[in-house]
Amino acid sequence: MNGEKELTCIGCPLGCLLTVNMTPEGIFVSGNTCPRGDVYARKEVTNPTRIVTSTVRVQGGVIARVSVKTESDIPKEKIFACMEEIRKTSVPAPVRIGDVIIRNCAGTGVRVVATKDVEESCDG
Amino acid sequence: MICHDIVIIGGGPAGLAAAAAARKNGMEDILILERDRVLGGILNQCIHNGFGLHTFKEELTGPEYASRYIRLVKELGISCRTGSMVLSISRDKEVTVVSREKGLQVIRAKALILAMGCRERPRGALNIPGCRPAGIYTAGTAQRLMNIEGYRVGKEAVILGSGDIGLIMARRMVLEGAKVKAVAELMPYSGGLKRNIVQCLDDYGIPLKLGYTVVDIEGQDRVEGVTLAAVGPDRKPIAGTEEHYRCDTLLLSCGLIPENELSKGMGLPMNPVTSGPMVNDRLETGAAGVFACGNVLHVHDLVDYVSEEAALAGEHAARYVRNGGAESETSGHLPVILRAENGVRYTVPQSLDPGAMAEKVTVRFRVSDVYKGRSVCVYLDKTCISRQKRRVMTPGEMEQVTLTRERLLQAPGLKEITIRTEVEE
Repeated sequence: MNGEKELTCIGCPLGCLLTVNMTPEGIFVSGNTCPRGDVYARKEVTNPTRIVTSTVRVQGGVIARVSVKTESDIPKEKIFACMEEIRKTSVPAPVRIGDVIIRNCAGTGVRVVATKDVEESCDG
Repeated sequence: MICHDIVIIGGGPAGLAAAAAARKNGMEDILILERDRVLGGILNQCIHNGFGLHTFKEELTGPEYASRYIRLVKELGISCRTGSMVLSISRDKEVTVVSREKGLQVIRAKALILAMGCRERPRGALNIPGCRPAGIYTAGTAQRLMNIEGYRVGKEAVILGSGDIGLIMARRMVLEGAKVKAVAELMPYSGGLKRNIVQCLDDYGIPLKLGYTVVDIEGQDRVEGVTLAAVGPDRKPIAGTEEHYRCDTLLLSCGLIPENELSKGMGLPMNPVTSGPMVNDRLETGAAGVFACGNVLHVHDLVDYVSEEAALAGEHAARYVRNGGAESETSGHLPVILRAENGVRYTVPQSLDPGAMAEKVTVRFRVSDVYKGRSVCVYLDKTCISRQKRRVMTPGEMEQVTLTRERLLQAPGLKEITIRTEVEE
């Protein structure tokens, strides 16, 4: 795992160009403007993770889908397993921001939560 | 006639932040007019994360970011009318609005804030040859269909244009089980943020074909395939480079255009580069008491900057009303013109008043091409007062410099401020 790697930080829209040096003494990150970049670079060369955002079907809501996200980042290789569960899920209206939609998504231990309020439809 | 101190056209991120700021600056009588059924604008369909790092110091999704401002506006007791479409605005700030409940009305405002946002460039404006079957969407339309209405837009897609919405939609379609075969970009660089190339394309192995465009669309009822071709330096397709892709969907992410029909109808002086109104450091347009902010003024990459800019417009609109709508407050200084030069495409604002300006004014701009190791230089007339080296600048990412009143007042007889890029020796 020795060597140098260039990465674009995805921590914020600045998109800092990071240089990661992997040496027997440890991982050294440069080019980041904030601590977020350091954390991202270390994870990216060891265990890359992402936050997954999607939508879940709503029954009886004013709109058909409620937007959701994983409450924290999950391992990259779990993204599609996580999506599979999200796709199978549906919830009744009303939904509130922060409502837990899935308790433990695809065995990651991470919750999927609503990111939007969806009111009940009046024409029921 | 119905009268309000401040009328805000548009209840998206800009309108909401402008309203909140005007309220905090003492305005009681504010009305937001929004044509959609709900407030929040485009954020409602931007379900991805990455919003709010500047404003709230945490990473939110679009709907979460919108909900914070919607809650704030409600807590502040600001009146909002949704389902209300503004048809025209007169030079003396009379707004003609139509809604299902109230029909046609004219509302008079002491100050107006334009916050209408922007629209996507549609196929008709792109001159793409080929058939006209179903399955061709702008990326934002596809985003709305998927994320709000719950439709699956297509199974196999090609995306033309590498704007952020196109990149975000590439990932979104893959996550929903579709195959995205390629993202083609006419220019030799991407129009979107680097982080979106990484997390939307690279993560999923979607090829980004820079310097390519669509030269044919096939299909009778539904798209059956598209042909891409490489383009030369003149951006014209090169014969013999055609590549065919089977697909049922073509998404277009080819630029955003500020939605300024109302501003043009008022006869506001427009900036041909931004397609938005010309503004001074108070974000006041060519008509006294009419302010503009957000994507209607110039297209932003980040909603956080929209909120910041809109808050400034709200604050200045409040001050204008408080001063009894006195023909703008000037200090006796002649307005100083901001010039964009040598790789800087435009600046917002385009003029400022060093005597009356705030202590600090943020000047936002975009560059014309991808520049590595260039500096952003600020000249007061002929004197260079700042030179900041940037590792990389790209047209897809908005840049900014800060001007201080203190420094500008040290330049007697200042006429012109030039923002330009310079190659470092």
